[in-house]
Amino acid sequence: MDPQSLTIAATRAAVQERRTTATALAEDFYQRIEKQDALIGAYLTLSKERALAKAAEIDALAAKGRELPPLGGVPVAIKDVMVTRGVRTTAGSKILGNYVPPYDCTAVARMESAGAVVLGKLNCDEFAMGSSNENSAWRPVRNPRDLSRVPGGSSGGSAAAVAANMAVATLGSDTGGSIRQPASFCGVVGLMPTYGRVSRYGLIAFASSLDRIGPLAKTVKDAALVLRTIAGRDPMDSSSVDVPVPDYVSELGKPVRGLKLGVPKEYFGEGLDDEVRKAVETAIQKLATLGCEIVPISLPHTKYAIPTYYIVATAEASSNLARFDGVRYGYRAGDARTLSEMYRRTRGQGFGAEVKRRIMLGAYALSAGYYDAYYLKAQKVRTLLAQDFAEAFKKVDAIVTPTSPTAAFKLGEKVDDPLAMYLADIFTVTADLVGIPGISVPCGETKERLPIGLQILGKHFDEATILQVGNAFEQN
Amino acid sequence: MATTPEISVAARAKYEPVIGLEVHVQLLTVTKIFCSCSARFGALPNTNVCPVCLGLPGALPVLNRKAVEFAVLAAMALHCRINQTSIFARKNYFYPDLPKGYQISQYDKPLAEFGAIDITSSGSQKKIGITRLHLEEDAGKSLHEGFPDSAEKTAIDLNRSGVPLIEIVSGPEIASPDEAYEYLTRMKEIILYTGVSDCNMEEGSLRCDANVSVRPRGQRQFGTKTEIKNVNSFRFIRDALEYEIVRQIAVLESGGKITQETRLYNSAEGKTYSMRSKEEAHDYRYFPEPDLLPLVVDEKSHAEIRHSLPELPEARRKRMVADYGITDYDAEVLTASKTLADEFELAAKAAKNPKRVANLVQSELMGRLKAKGLEIASSPISMKGVALSADLVESGAISGKMLKDLYDLCFERNQDFPTIYENARPQQITDPAAIEKIIDEIIATNPKQLEQYRAGKKTVIGFFVGQVMKASKGQANPQMVNELLAKKLEPNA
Repeated sequence: MDPQSLTIAATRAAVQERRTTATALAEDFYQRIEKQDALIGAYLTLSKERALAKAAEIDALAAKGRELPPLGGVPVAIKDVMVTRGVRTTAGSKILGNYVPPYDCTAVARMESAGAVVLGKLNCDEFAMGSSNENSAWRPVRNPRDLSRVPGGSSGGSAAAVAANMAVATLGSDTGGSIRQPASFCGVVGLMPTYGRVSRYGLIAFASSLDRIGPLAKTVKDAALVLRTIAGRDPMDSSSVDVPVPDYVSELGKPVRGLKLGVPKEYFGEGLDDEVRKAVETAIQKLATLGCEIVPISLPHTKYAIPTYYIVATAEASSNLARFDGVRYGYRAGDARTLSEMYRRTRGQGFGAEVKRRIMLGAYALSAGYYDAYYLKAQKVRTLLAQDFAEAFKKVDAIVTPTSPTAAFKLGEKVDDPLAMYLADIFTVTADLVGIPGISVPCGETKERLPIGLQILGKHFDEATILQVGNAFEQN
Repeated sequence: MATTPEISVAARAKYEPVIGLEVHVQLLTVTKIFCSCSARFGALPNTNVCPVCLGLPGALPVLNRKAVEFAVLAAMALHCRINQTSIFARKNYFYPDLPKGYQISQYDKPLAEFGAIDITSSGSQKKIGITRLHLEEDAGKSLHEGFPDSAEKTAIDLNRSGVPLIEIVSGPEIASPDEAYEYLTRMKEIILYTGVSDCNMEEGSLRCDANVSVRPRGQRQFGTKTEIKNVNSFRFIRDALEYEIVRQIAVLESGGKITQETRLYNSAEGKTYSMRSKEEAHDYRYFPEPDLLPLVVDEKSHAEIRHSLPELPEARRKRMVADYGITDYDAEVLTASKTLADEFELAAKAAKNPKRVANLVQSELMGRLKAKGLEIASSPISMKGVALSADLVESGAISGKMLKDLYDLCFERNQDFPTIYENARPQQITDPAAIEKIIDEIIATNPKQLEQYRAGKKTVIGFFVGQVMKASKGQANPQMVNELLAKKLEPNA
């Protein structure tokens, strides 16, 4: 079976119709991982036992002729920031190097309940902090399209695994662009749902008011299927919202004719690579020919998004990462004579440079005398950004932009320049701050055959529309 | 080693103390504030724990509505204004028994504000303001002793991690250690009445930190304060404050300056010791807890909780004084606990004459308890017993003298009144001839009442029944007395 042809529906059908078995498929994927992943580095931990047990369960169902659940037998993999019972979960950090969680992340449990076979845990930037996957404490991930380039981040492993057919679909997490940007760099689809749409229970927190779990997949339809599986209120997450979850897949085919698509001028200014601009403009043209009405709009506070993001996200991170203190689990530095020495050494040795940089930035923004000027001010700007979008969505049904200002850059190109690295998220962070959903869909390549992504942003809880637009674009 | 400072009476009189108290009260919810683990005290270490209260990566808090209800009830009982919307905030600091590295508490938008407690200070009434009352989670416990390797290691028990607490902060309005003691006593009494906590200081379900400073009398500006921690009884708080006030005055009188610091009280020595200074003080980096929604107490639940608020001790005392004609002091004794007050009122209301029940408590019970050095809670005579004795006196079945004797017996044998009464109950006279003899004597000595009766005032029979019962020392069978009297009082008899 050609792995590239394996969408979720095709995989499930093959197992259902007994043209293959879930077990054979899983073995097949593990073989491919073994062959390719030494070069790519997408996987951190394989959960073979758990995968094969699930596959056997699905095969037994299929053998009895029972109807398989929506993801029955589909090999998937999980970004290593989601906890998995009995399977090592490191968040890409040395500080959790030996950590085996006693419980499952809600989204992972829902994937398995829907029949998915979880192959393993995927590499990522440490605690999801990064835009190139070079901040993984274990090893960088390489872009399957060009091994000299980064896959994007922080869900670099999640994007690379899909791009290299080492999983049919994966779960990633997005705090400032961490699903959409790597999807764009690796030429796959990446969907960030509305804040509150998918439970965060079991997602190792980076910035609680921003973090979201979402799918990376080959097609918009697959992303829709996975979202349908993981979405919905979870009593274990107070911020998950009880909004009905539509059947995204059946809404995909709705015609896009007459939909109004906003094009914000702020997203096409300085810093945007020419090839990316051309590809995105062509994509917008195509959507126009499909009957969408293209509406020029303005999101005037866009330029404040990056600084706002780096205050809110780091402030929350400084608190969220306090629990990694060497007391109860994870890495503990030896030879400390006092408690504070144990804390300092554990955290000094356990965290990587970028994580420490962000903890310090965040602690500073929250400290007495600076809180009003930084954290409080950032929250106010967040409100202004939300107003920008509320105004825009009075006029349009969705907003289209480039996902990233450039295609995938070279490994090492930006590691010594944190600010340049932060700007890789310039078109994605705003949606995180505002809480709206966004999807990145492949929209062409550069001359060097590097993928380019089209970002579609939607109204709160209106993933259906952006999936619909993405699907129409993808199918035509 | 600090030595106990000494100051002159004149020096003491020159200064006035300013005290503020921060009280933490554990709420008696079945489960913890942010997870469904049991909040019970005394389980084996680290058995009432889950990913949430262990602070495992990825776990999230979900608010226990019962904890909110209890906190609101306590706030209402303390006359606080409930904020319709309050915000949980993270208080960030590192400590081994704080699993997340932050405590979920409330900061600039607490659950309730602007309350007050009425206290008696030197015989007059005073109101002590409550600045705020907020909800938060408890931390775990560090165990520094009790294990073979305790010399080198500290063990941690996280059963307490996530147990709901309310923190009640007074205004800087307490002017003496005695007032602090009185404030705490009243607060404990009120909270016990609401039933939201057992306020057990030994088990740590009520903890108190005190802020204290002194200033020259008449000065408006506060002096530099110190905070006293680790005090585990109201008496120790009074003693610790007294020590600290004297220490501060001694420092000032000798030309020194007070250092703003946290001090620990050592109850064995009766002294406070410096723990950390302001320079080492934490910056808690509070910010709104992003994992929890704003806490909303809407009008409906506000009204429901208000409805479940019991009558509070102060109001109850006033009403009892009015209803039963008892003294303020006795009202205070009878309302020492809600259970006792409830028992008393239940018994009194069921009795023929409620005031007589109150009277007996006041005139017969209290003195005997005092003589024996007993608390009313351990009285051999229950409120039901008092009520029965009151009814017997009321019906004339026993005399006042007999009651006193029976009460003495109760205390002697440590048995309740109904038991003693059954055993010591005098034999009843059921011989009609004997009863008739008494009746005849009574009729003969009361011609005026006889005339009234025969003139048609039939209620006078009550007078005769009473006289006959009295003359028989309560031993005559009351039913026979009634029947025979009715016959004898007729003109043709």
